[in-house]
Amino acid sequence: MNQQRLQERVRQLREQQSTNPCRVLVCCSSPCLSAGAGAVKSALEAVAAEHSGRVSVEVTATGCLGPCSRGPLVTVRRPGHADAVYERMTPELAGKILAGHLTETPPADNLLPADLPFLARQTRIVLENCGRIDPENLDHYLAADGYAALARALHDFSPEGVCAAVEQSGLRGRGGGGYPTGLKWQLLRKAAGQRKFVVANGDEGDPGAFMDRALMESDPHRIIEGMAIAGYATGAAQGYVYVRGEYPMAARRMHKAIRDAERAGLLGMRILDSPFSFRIDVRLGAGAFVCGEETALMASIMGRRGQPVPRPPYPAEHGLWGEPTVINNVETFGNIPPIIRNGPEQLAAIGTGRSRGTKIFALCGEVIENGLIEVPMGTTLREIVFAIGGGIPGGAAFKAAQTGGPSGGCIAAQHLDASMDYENLQALGSIMGSGGLIIMSEKTCMVDVARFFMDFCMDESCGKCSPCRAGTVQMYRFLDRVSNGSATERGLVHLEELCRLMKETSLCGLGASAPNPVLSTLRYFRDEYLAHIREHRCPAGVCRMTEVPVTLLADELMQRIAAGRLDGEAF
Amino acid sequence: MSVVTLYINDRLVSGRVGQTLLKVARENGIEIPTLCYLEGLEPWGGCRLCMVEVEGQGKLQAACLTEAREGLAVHTDSERLLAWRRMIVELLLAERNHTCAVCVVNGHCELQALAAKLGVDHVRYDYLHPALAMDVSQERFGLDHNRCILCTRCVRTCSEIEGACTWAISGRGITSRVTADLDRPWGKSTTCTDCGKCVQMCPTGALYKKGATVGEMVREKTHLQQVMERRQRSGK
Ligand SMILES: Cc1cc2nc3c(=O)[nH]c(=O)nc-3n(C[C@H](O)[C@H](O)[C@H](O)COP(=O)(O)O)c2cc1C
Ligand code: SF4
Repeated sequence: MNQQRLQERVRQLREQQSTNPCRVLVCCSSPCLSAGAGAVKSALEAVAAEHSGRVSVEVTATGCLGPCSRGPLVTVRRPGHADAVYERMTPELAGKILAGHLTETPPADNLLPADLPFLARQTRIVLENCGRIDPENLDHYLAADGYAALARALHDFSPEGVCAAVEQSGLRGRGGGGYPTGLKWQLLRKAAGQRKFVVANGDEGDPGAFMDRALMESDPHRIIEGMAIAGYATGAAQGYVYVRGEYPMAARRMHKAIRDAERAGLLGMRILDSPFSFRIDVRLGAGAFVCGEETALMASIMGRRGQPVPRPPYPAEHGLWGEPTVINNVETFGNIPPIIRNGPEQLAAIGTGRSRGTKIFALCGEVIENGLIEVPMGTTLREIVFAIGGGIPGGAAFKAAQTGGPSGGCIAAQHLDASMDYENLQALGSIMGSGGLIIMSEKTCMVDVARFFMDFCMDESCGKCSPCRAGTVQMYRFLDRVSNGSATERGLVHLEELCRLMKETSLCGLGASAPNPVLSTLRYFRDEYLAHIREHRCPAGVCRMTEVPVTLLADELMQRIAAGRLDGEAF
Repeated sequence: MSVVTLYINDRLVSGRVGQTLLKVARENGIEIPTLCYLEGLEPWGGCRLCMVEVEGQGKLQAACLTEAREGLAVHTDSERLLAWRRMIVELLLAERNHTCAVCVVNGHCELQALAAKLGVDHVRYDYLHPALAMDVSQERFGLDHNRCILCTRCVRTCSEIEGACTWAISGRGITSRVTADLDRPWGKSTTCTDCGKCVQMCPTGALYKKGATVGEMVREKTHLQQVMERRQRSGK
């Protein structure tokens, strides 16, 4: 296929779709499937078959639409009508609704209002196709302007031009670090090496995060297109998508998308009849959070133990098999096609300060609407929690939001109006991270939260360096003592010291950022720690406080001895 | 051979291009403690005891991995670094079972010597004391996991010097263990050449010669150097 033929095919596909009298989109990503989307789809297909003599109805399984807590979701699309989105579908209800649409009296049961803030207040650029196309169907992606950016890059841009455009857009890495992507690509482009590699990081190990899974499951071709553009821009001929082992569906869809793109001449040898060739392979993780760290990830791709190695040398000089390599998050790659297709100005126009474009967040925890949202950088936390998320269930008060998973921190209620961007979040003691956003109400105990994340880091520490391997265990034990009532204030001093030690001496980001949840909860909720320690009380009523400090026992014993009451009773 | 000059602890010192800070410091008589580093093996960067301050860089750097460059100003013994070193040694002492009084290398142990030198007279953290097994299946040597600090010197010696690749680390985090042949008893290993190099490289009492009792296990500190020199002479 070349560019002209691609355009011709897109035109045909669009025509076909626009003449289709009724299209039904069933969200079939992991959350909706687990809520029963499979049966809903079968029911819809049965109804469509019943009516097939009269009208043709196309039932499509799509990726994630976003409001996951309302699943299974069904969208009905008819020319001349606005999209109608239905929530909490059952097979019976879905059948009834489709039949209604086909007989011109669509029922309003479970219909989501067209101006539902959760959907209306988002700016969907990376997620533009999610929930709108069948991720396993290349034609759907093509009809949505898919691979137009790759064609344009190969046809109209020099590799340097692509890097410059990415740089101009102000795009920064969405995997956590926020390193400027254009700059990273320039480094790789200029690096001397026989072979170069492009790696997409889809490891996503943070608890509570599912942005990357949703993107891989809902729009795999977009990631492939972004990677191919990166390959062209940097001179790489081989790419790897590293998918977390717990995401079999994402891996399968990425796999299928790669095969389909290869068959259509959009990937592989001489892409779109240009001299550029690029192959992509999928690599599966084996369940280690640390394998999201870029050096550990590369070790894992090469079949070695997934353990970080010190940087420098950075992957851009010494990456996979010692060759220059660029690693980006899958969401970062998802941002690339629109930059080339619509120009870097579009992305640069959104956002605030040095944080440009949009960010996908996985909104979860104690908030009414759980799900996937894409908002401009710089949106306030208040807007996200109360406007988009609909507030806290049961009218409870907002207490804190946790961003960035185990590497991030908590933001307290006084910072509800803080802008969510890289610099500001860092200033507040948290990080943007990959986009996990856990909302907590007054019913949450912050010590318990810190303990949960430390438990995670302790489990996931690779064990290479001593401060992280042994430090996480000691920190966890102390936090556990705070929540069972047996901690002392001296221990708190040791805890804070350990936090600084790990931050300054750990080998990789896991150990260096593991203290963040502790430090940020101490920063905003020190009272709560002290209430546990001094008053033996959990203000949120979560911790059971069944123990007392060993030293207290000794103190009490001394008092009894002094009082001459060593009668052994009531101990 | 090009030379670089730099300041270490405000002293002007020189080294060769490509040398690490650790090497330049040691050649100039400035001591930086290490446990996982061993001259002749690839640096590992795991023990984090050799962290130093480099002026103008926000983060601490591991001296065993950082190249000495012209004009750097390095500090190796600030209060903060000493505090971190003490804490790391305490963490290591608390992590497994380091009861020196009944240890085969008592008096010849690098961890013990370092603790003494840093003034670690008590440990502020919980002694974890996991009940780990000993592997005495090998004919001449024993492996006591309770004394292991996971420095991986044995692992690197076995793969880089002996080329047998018997040792590896299994598990992760606090459950990491040194294992032979993908987790077989050492005595059942089919790759171990019985050379004993790993035993000479171990900084603590984890690897030892059978038959040694408390304090009797003394290591040949120059073993690795001797091997390297002989290899060089015979042109291998
Ligand atoms: C412990 C740890 C875990 C990480 N996990 C992820 C991850 O799951 N996904 C990801 O994209 N980046 C992760 N990163 C960040 C990567 O190392 C790397 O910075 C990122 O993939 C670069 O891509 P970007 O420039 O597009 O952000 C992790 C880093 C650390 C230290
Ligand atoms: S900081 Fe933790 S995860 Fe990272 S290398 Fe050290 S032990 Fe491994």
